[in-house]
Amino acid sequence: MLKLSGINAGYGKNQVLFELDLSVDKGEVLCVMGRNGAGKTTAMKTIMGLIQPNSGQVEFEKRKISKLAPHTIPKLGIGYIPQGRRLFSELTVAENIEIGLMTRKKGKATRDKVLDMFPRLGERLKQRADTLSGGEQQQLATARALCLEPSVLLLDEPTEGLQPSMTALIRETVLTLKGEGVGIILVEQREDAVRAVADRVAFIENGRNAATHTIEELTEDPSPFRKHVGI
Amino acid sequence: MNRNLALHLAVIAALYILHLTLPAYHHGQVARIMVLAVFAMGYNILFGYSGLLSLGHAMFFAAGMYGMGLSAQHLGFATLPAFLIGILCATALAFVVGLLALRTIGVGFMIVTLMFAQAGYLTILYFGEYTRGDEGFVLTNTARNFGNLDFSTADTRYLAALCLFSGALLLKLLIVRSKRGRVMVAVRENEERARMLGYNTWSTKLYALTLSGLFSGASGASYAILFGYVGASFAAVPYSIFPLLWVLVGGAGTTLGPVIGTAFMFYLIDYASGVTDAYMLVVGVTLVLITLFVPGGILGLVKSRFARWIP
Repeated sequence: MLKLSGINAGYGKNQVLFELDLSVDKGEVLCVMGRNGAGKTTAMKTIMGLIQPNSGQVEFEKRKISKLAPHTIPKLGIGYIPQGRRLFSELTVAENIEIGLMTRKKGKATRDKVLDMFPRLGERLKQRADTLSGGEQQQLATARALCLEPSVLLLDEPTEGLQPSMTALIRETVLTLKGEGVGIILVEQREDAVRAVADRVAFIENGRNAATHTIEELTEDPSPFRKHVGI
Repeated sequence: MNRNLALHLAVIAALYILHLTLPAYHHGQVARIMVLAVFAMGYNILFGYSGLLSLGHAMFFAAGMYGMGLSAQHLGFATLPAFLIGILCATALAFVVGLLALRTIGVGFMIVTLMFAQAGYLTILYFGEYTRGDEGFVLTNTARNFGNLDFSTADTRYLAALCLFSGALLLKLLIVRSKRGRVMVAVRENEERARMLGYNTWSTKLYALTLSGLFSGASGASYAILFGYVGASFAAVPYSIFPLLWVLVGGAGTTLGPVIGTAFMFYLIDYASGVTDAYMLVVGVTLVLITLFVPGGILGLVKSRFARWIP
């Protein structure tokens, strides 16, 4: 569904990714793990066209997308929830959701669906986004991305700094989306979060593929977590 | 009727009441403030709602003013067509400047707009044969009439300024409450995130700049008709700084802030200049105090303390 092959990318002369390969299929959760600075976020930005790879290809549903303008990529059906949520803080919850709906001209049914997933947001529609708690902000960031009805969703450390109940809700959402056939790439640092949702785990070290294992392999032998992430 | 619309209609009604009650001096001042507030509203669309700080908005005001004035003076156009030509010139100029200037961001955008405005100012001086350079020119009475309306009379001038102001205010309310208006705010808040939701942020900024040029041009063209003078001083740097100050003082990103800011600055200068020769010092100190203690502007303060619903 979404495939990165031989990606070399970085910021100016600083190359961060070296021959990186990643792929996710329909209804699959690929977790991307690695130490800080390993290149996980850079990989997500490269998929979204925010960083142009020096070489290599990003393909979505067999279409090469690495040369597309960044704003056209979400319209293809790739949603991205960046690290740190990045809401439109002066807009209300309802307006943030509306902005998400407008891009792909989705209507009330999609809005109702995301509000069913995150009922707390339904109670705060008129509240400004910057007055929400951290957990609610993450719910709103997720809801807004889901308004695009993506077939692939990229989540960059969505549970960072959240209390356990919110973390559980995000995990539950990931599993629901997986059940609906959405392919998910989840950047995560926490082993328990990965174990709860992943089908495969790709470990990145210094911008290179270090190893990829199925969750069954990691259940049998968890040593790659220690080896590649230091958990 | 929702309370936002009611508030804006109340402001328009209050300005009409002022027309009936103000003494002659203030009557003229308020008419001028209303016309220049439209300029500030245009600036606010770009700066307050889309987050782009231009240092060259005088060129759009002057494009409206000279588009109107030159077409009436040299081409013999009647008032209304000349007015529309003025607006068209400013809108087209804003679009073309946007195509080039929006390739830059931040400080680059500020410098490029400043350079464009300076080029516009020098162009006016260069073609002094038509524009009469620094001196400018006074519009003939025929260029200030429409049917039976004579815009050089105080009452007609005030009511025409009120019509322009009301139309611009309600149009701006409509724009910022529209879906596109919310996307402008989204771009201002976080451009990269807006792009990741599928928005072409460049075209949104071009839309904002073009609209801003339209408002500024309408203000410039109206100024020429209502006050009868077209001059290069309106294309110079101070007229690029004034709308920025009016918007900052009144409250950026609010529909009524630029109106409050324009009125406040006008009367501050008016009052201070009657008290001391060093009135610009008073104005400067006031601006510094406002920037330090009321960073969101006057309406921004009211909004955050008492009425968050004000748009």
